[in-house]
Amino acid sequence: MKVGVVVFPGSNCEHDVVEAVERVGATGELLWHGDSSLGDVDAVVLPGGFAHGDYLRPGAIARFSPVMGAVAKFADDGGPVLGICNGFQVLTEAGLLPGALQKNAGLKFLCRTVDVRVDSTDSVLTSGAARAQVLRLPINHFEGNYTCDPHTLDELRAEGRVVLRYVDNPNGATDDIAGICSSRGNVVGLMPHPERASDDLLGSTDGLVLLRSFLGVPERV
Amino acid sequence: MTMASYPVLVEVTLRPGIADPQGATIERALPALGFEGVEGVRVGKAIRFTVEAPDADTARSRVDDLCQKFLTNPVIEDALVSIGVEATIE
Repeated sequence: MKVGVVVFPGSNCEHDVVEAVERVGATGELLWHGDSSLGDVDAVVLPGGFAHGDYLRPGAIARFSPVMGAVAKFADDGGPVLGICNGFQVLTEAGLLPGALQKNAGLKFLCRTVDVRVDSTDSVLTSGAARAQVLRLPINHFEGNYTCDPHTLDELRAEGRVVLRYVDNPNGATDDIAGICSSRGNVVGLMPHPERASDDLLGSTDGLVLLRSFLGVPERV
Repeated sequence: MTMASYPVLVEVTLRPGIADPQGATIERALPALGFEGVEGVRVGKAIRFTVEAPDADTARSRVDDLCQKFLTNPVIEDALVSIGVEATIE
């Protein structure tokens, strides 16, 4: 299993993601945003950070990076794509996921560990988790307040595409949404950082169940 | 075809109903600074540039397209476009 981790100018979580996926038995490979091919990877992660300095809006410029055409094609072919934090913002700007991420309601940059509930196991990120399972995951964002029009929200709810919700909404996100998936479940975006909850030293290993699901790696007993 | 250069001002604002924490924070700070009676503060962006086009209508439609695809996120933002008096390009 080879995971391509896309590096934009300003990404800063790419090595954390590589470290975390290798911890669960996959191989991580950094991909440059200027390349128009993904090579032979089996899954793609858009990591956290500040792609292109978040200029204009987070993800607004990154969506035009050459690699994004290949990511869209990969997603269209059913390949697993995960956007974490800034990567989630890029996926919404690119139209691979609906809605947008707006400034946090309290206008504070939030850097803390929060409880997140699994509300759908029908996605590549949550297939190995249990419904209603609560995970302790770090968040680290200024623009993590998920927003969408009422029609989109109805659709997301009806199709079980809200995969993760905050137990105690930290940022004003609509319907407590922390993560959503595409209609086929193979593209997932979330604001919390599962890769930062992948080792006891980090204070939580709750991200591992998500990463194992994403990589199709069964949990070791 | 003679091309002209049109000065453009795009004001990007949050759509009605979208919370504006920056505007709310500024508004809350105003009374402490002695500014009473200031309400409805909304923060946006102003983007200025010039666009080349044969006529004002074409300039407008190119700028509208640019706003839709790049300068705004239509999920949360609106654009108010002002196009100024053209300068002929020699």
